[in-house]
Amino acid sequence: MSQTPLLEVKNLITTFATDDGTVNAVDGVSFQVYPEETVGIVGESGCGKSVTAESILRLFDETTTRYDGEIRFAGQDLLQLSEEKMRNVRGNDISIIFQDPMSSLNPVYTIGDQIIEAITLHQKVSSGQARDRAVELLRLTGISDPETRLRAYPHELSGGMRQRVMIALALSCEPRLLIADEPTTALDVTIQAQILELMNGLKDRLRMGIMLITHDLSVVAQMCSRVIVMYLGEVIEETDVVTLFDHPLHPYTMGLLQSVPNMEGQRKEKLYEIKGSVPAMQDVAHCCRFAPRCPFATDVCRSEPPVLEEAANGHRVRCWHFKEIAESRGEGDAFSYIGYEA
Amino acid sequence: MMSEVKLAADAAVPPKRGALKWRRYITSPLLMTGTVLVALVSLAALMAPWIASHDPYALEAMNRLKAPSPEHIFGTDNFGRDVFSRVLYGMRVSLLVGAAVTLIAGMIGLVVGLLSAYYALCDHILMRICDGLYAFPSILLAISIVAIMGPRTSNVIIALSIVYIPSIARIVRSAALVVKEKTYIEGLRAQGAGPVRIIALHILPNVLSPLIIQASFIFAVSILTEASLSFLGAGIPAPAPSLGNLLLDGKNVIFNAWWMTVFPGICIILMILGLNLMGDGLRDFLDPKMKKKHVFRKKQTQGIDRSEPK
Amino acid sequence: MTKYIVQRILSLIPILLVVAVVVFMLIHLTPGDPASVILGDEASEEAIAQLRAQLGLDLPLYQQFISWFGGVVTGDLGQSIFMDMSVAEAFFSRVPPTLSLAILAQIFAVIIALFLGVIAARKRGTLADQAVMGFSLLGISVPSFLLGLFLILFFAVKLQWLPVAGYQPLSSGLWNHLRYLLLPAIALGAMQAALIARMTRSSLIEVLSEQYIKTARAKGLKERIVVYKHALKNAFIPILTVIGETFGTLITGASVIETVFNVPGIGQLIIRSIERRDFAVIQGSILLITVTYVLLNLLIDLLYGLLDPRVKLNRR
Repeated sequence: MSQTPLLEVKNLITTFATDDGTVNAVDGVSFQVYPEETVGIVGESGCGKSVTAESILRLFDETTTRYDGEIRFAGQDLLQLSEEKMRNVRGNDISIIFQDPMSSLNPVYTIGDQIIEAITLHQKVSSGQARDRAVELLRLTGISDPETRLRAYPHELSGGMRQRVMIALALSCEPRLLIADEPTTALDVTIQAQILELMNGLKDRLRMGIMLITHDLSVVAQMCSRVIVMYLGEVIEETDVVTLFDHPLHPYTMGLLQSVPNMEGQRKEKLYEIKGSVPAMQDVAHCCRFAPRCPFATDVCRSEPPVLEEAANGHRVRCWHFKEIAESRGEGDAFSYIGYEA
Repeated sequence: MMSEVKLAADAAVPPKRGALKWRRYITSPLLMTGTVLVALVSLAALMAPWIASHDPYALEAMNRLKAPSPEHIFGTDNFGRDVFSRVLYGMRVSLLVGAAVTLIAGMIGLVVGLLSAYYALCDHILMRICDGLYAFPSILLAISIVAIMGPRTSNVIIALSIVYIPSIARIVRSAALVVKEKTYIEGLRAQGAGPVRIIALHILPNVLSPLIIQASFIFAVSILTEASLSFLGAGIPAPAPSLGNLLLDGKNVIFNAWWMTVFPGICIILMILGLNLMGDGLRDFLDPKMKKKHVFRKKQTQGIDRSEPK
Repeated sequence: MTKYIVQRILSLIPILLVVAVVVFMLIHLTPGDPASVILGDEASEEAIAQLRAQLGLDLPLYQQFISWFGGVVTGDLGQSIFMDMSVAEAFFSRVPPTLSLAILAQIFAVIIALFLGVIAARKRGTLADQAVMGFSLLGISVPSFLLGLFLILFFAVKLQWLPVAGYQPLSSGLWNHLRYLLLPAIALGAMQAALIARMTRSSLIEVLSEQYIKTARAKGLKERIVVYKHALKNAFIPILTVIGETFGTLITGASVIETVFNVPGIGQLIIRSIERRDFAVIQGSILLITVTYVLLNLLIDLLYGLLDPRVKLNRR
């Protein structure tokens, strides 16, 4: 792409100090987000996607957390900024919304108070102007009767409405990048669709980039132009969304795709699941991290960790055997190859 | 009451096994410090007849209000009595009263709590009485009872027991109720198990942990209250030494004889501190779940103790 | 809301009844009686009997109770047996010193405890945290009267900065008034401060790990604002509970502290009355104190409603 990326994460390593020693929850992750695109980050719980998101805004306690690497945004390395400058970025240039809107809003203040606080924090406006802007934001996110709602408390709103409030809050200072950490996981399916549609519309209107974190592949299919797959703190595959669904190259990705129940096509007998479970972050050994659960694993996989390689244009993968896998696939059904039984 | 406020919540925990517990006991700093303190104090008090340098009642008119010296290491009081010996015997009384009150209030409170939890009728009556007693400022209640019955050590014990029974009963009742609500009790009843069996074999073990913890706090607070009572002249009658008494004597001559206030004072603090440490330590030890009670939150990757990242 | 308040005040009456009965029984089961205490050991049998009749002490117990409680409900608490004044007069004349003492102690306790508790929570696990916890442990292990004595020893006897004991009413000047109450207030409030500090710490630690605090930080707020504006308001509810519960201890402790520092307040009144078996005063005082407790609890419950919009007061 000829554009400069909006956000460029270079080899991010986030280390936590725990009772049992240090843990690299994010272990050398690199990716870019370009303006006005939606990038999805996909993986199971514990793979480090939320930690990545929160690392970008440096939301962890820096007495027990260390960041390494570079996060370039608007010409600066966020990891080198002073805390004061970082506060200017938060909520202003980069915003984040979290998974559970009920616990993400302060229960003892009205939503009006909370939105106005965000506005006046970064913009020099009078309280009257801030209030008007808050109303406008609520309207923008599709909340009916916004003036009255300003005086409501979080517990008086439904889940879908709360998430709209969270979005309004996040957009209050027109950020260039919105990070959405599982924004629809805690919502009903019908509401999910509405929220996703809202986000898409807002992205175009406000010309933002979105970094969307989810474990739900259907959301990815709807929203994202590019996808990054993470496993145990590493990026294991990265490509555009169409290629990901049609020609995945990493065994883990293939497993994920196969586990999605298919509405069309023949009814398979069992619901597929990837064998084994995600091990604890502390237990990673010097090998391919997916090897213990991978049906294609060989000796080299179990003794040497693979690096992220460029397989095709814009398609990167971290696997020793991706070439063989691609070749064995040939034309036709993406799932017709050795190793995975239906 | 202070001791109840300290106990944040009750949780029913299945009883654990022996040897591992012992090792954890020894390695818990809170618990060990408290136990050591309490053991030292108890030892000193028990050995009083042997290590006291003088007869605690012996008056020496010539030696009144003398500062600490090699002969009288804590000095003498306004009657010429050796403060060190009086302090030792005073600690004895404190421990005696504390232990007695804890035992009596503990046992009666246990029974009251169990009955209230199991039988609704008992619950109404007993808990009303407890609430009434509880509404009273404890000092005033104790003073009233002692005033009624006359100032004697035994009456002090009775008064304090009455004062603290409600607090134990409540804890026992809460813990028992938690277990009682569990469905396996229903199952047992359906099988025909009688109330005594159910209470003794199933409810009781779960009640023991909170009971023991509360008991250690009651021990501490009863020593405190007894000292306050004696200080007000409504406790252990003079000339019998009690730490509270000694402080009362000391108050009148506080300008001249600081030793009469400082030494008994420090001993009281050590005793109560030791018991509180034990109580805190016991609570962490017996019910570690109590500290982290609210578990249903999203998986956290933060909120960790400090240790140096390498 | 007004309905709720009225309901709560009405619920006072059964509580009052129970307390009244308990107090009455407690006092009248005594083997000693005021008449002989008043007249002394030398008094003759007839003199004692006469005084008893005069005081109404020879009537059957339940009658004495009914006439007394009847008076209470209509506002007449009776006459003091020893002092030449009504119970109400005796009580209310002594309220100002105790009130000043309790308020001062409460202010002192809350300010110090909140401050220390917040520090301990923010700097959890560090030396500062352990120091605060250590102090709080000490605070609950030292009886308040002992602390009072130590304070006297140090500040009044050794350093001579403050008076040893006594009391000066507000009318004699604010500083004069406070001088005499400073040490007693510290001694009284210390234990409460310790308990409040503990609760503040644990409540705040819990709140600080909540999701909405992360949201607040993600907005770009300064940490100080996150803690004091967002976290503290949420953390305050259990803290308020502790404040309410321990205020009772303040009242209890005031009795003893007033004795140590010779402050002519309600505590001193009650203790002296118990010694002298002045039934009327004891009964009336304890009743009035109970009323105060209940009203205080009501106040605290109302405060809950103000702090947390999720609390619905009508549903009780």
